[in-house]
Amino acid sequence: MLAGWVKFIIFDKTATALSMANNVIDPNLWVDKYSDYLYNYTIVRVNDSEIAKDLISETFLAGLKSKDNFKGEASERTWLISILKRKIIDHYRKINSNKGKAEVRITHDDSETEGDWLEQRVASKSDKNAQDQIENTELGMAIFDCLGNLPQKQAEIFRKKTIENHDTEAICNAYDITPSNLWVIIHRARKSMAECLESNWF
Amino acid sequence: MSQLKLKCQEANHICDKSQYKEASFWEKFRLTIHLLYCRACQKYTASNKKLTEAIHDPKFVSIAEKDKQALKKQLQEELSK
Repeated sequence: MLAGWVKFIIFDKTATALSMANNVIDPNLWVDKYSDYLYNYTIVRVNDSEIAKDLISETFLAGLKSKDNFKGEASERTWLISILKRKIIDHYRKINSNKGKAEVRITHDDSETEGDWLEQRVASKSDKNAQDQIENTELGMAIFDCLGNLPQKQAEIFRKKTIENHDTEAICNAYDITPSNLWVIIHRARKSMAECLESNWF
Repeated sequence: MSQLKLKCQEANHICDKSQYKEASFWEKFRLTIHLLYCRACQKYTASNKKLTEAIHDPKFVSIAEKDKQALKKQLQEELSK
C-alpha cells in the first residue's frame, strides 16, 4: 500500500517535470505559430502596421537572446507576449522622450477646414471609438487563438483557403490531396472554429 | 423531386462551398429548400456564416506572406550566428 503511494508520488513528480519540459521553445516555429497573434495584439496598441511588424521582429530577436532564461512555467506564447508588452512600452517611451512633441498644436492653415468652428472638427459620435477598436482586435486574437487549437494540418489548410484565399486546386496540389479531402478538412476546421469562437467571442 | 432533396451531409458541404462563393446556383437553390425544413442544418449554416463574417471583418488582420518570410529569414540568420 505504502509502496504504491510512494510510487504514485514519484510518478506524479516525474509527470509534472515532463509537462514542464513540454513548454520548451522552438524559435523555428515562432513566425508560423505566433506572428499573427502578436500582430493582432500589437496593431491596436501602436496603430501602425510597420511599427507593429518592427516590434514583433524585435520581440522575436529578444526572445532568441533570452531563451535560456525561459523556465518553461508559462506557455511559449505568454512568454512572447510579455516580451512584446515591454517592447511596446519602450516604443512609447522612445517617442515621448522628445518632450516637445507632447504639446498640442492646432494648425489653422488647413485649407479644407479653414473657417470652421473648433466644435465642428471634433470626431462625430458614430465614429469608431477606442472601445470598438479593442473589441475588434480581440476578435483577431480570438480567431488566431482558435486556429492554434486546431490540428496543425487542418489549421494550415484552413488558413490558406480562408484567410489567404488560395485556390482549391493550388492547395490540393501543395498537400497532395483530392478536392473532396480538402472539403472534409475545411468542414471539420470550420466546425471547430465556429464552436471555439462561439464560446470565446460571439 | 428526388433531385431536389439533399442529405444533411451534402447540405453542409454546399454550405461550406457557398462560404467561398464556390457553390452553383442550383446547389444553393437546393440548399435553401433543405434549410426550410432541417433545423440542424439551419443551425450549422448560421454559425458558418458568422464565422465567415468574422474573418471578413476589416479589423481582423494578418501578416502578409512576404513579410512573414522576411521575419523568418531574419530569425534564421540570428539563429545561425
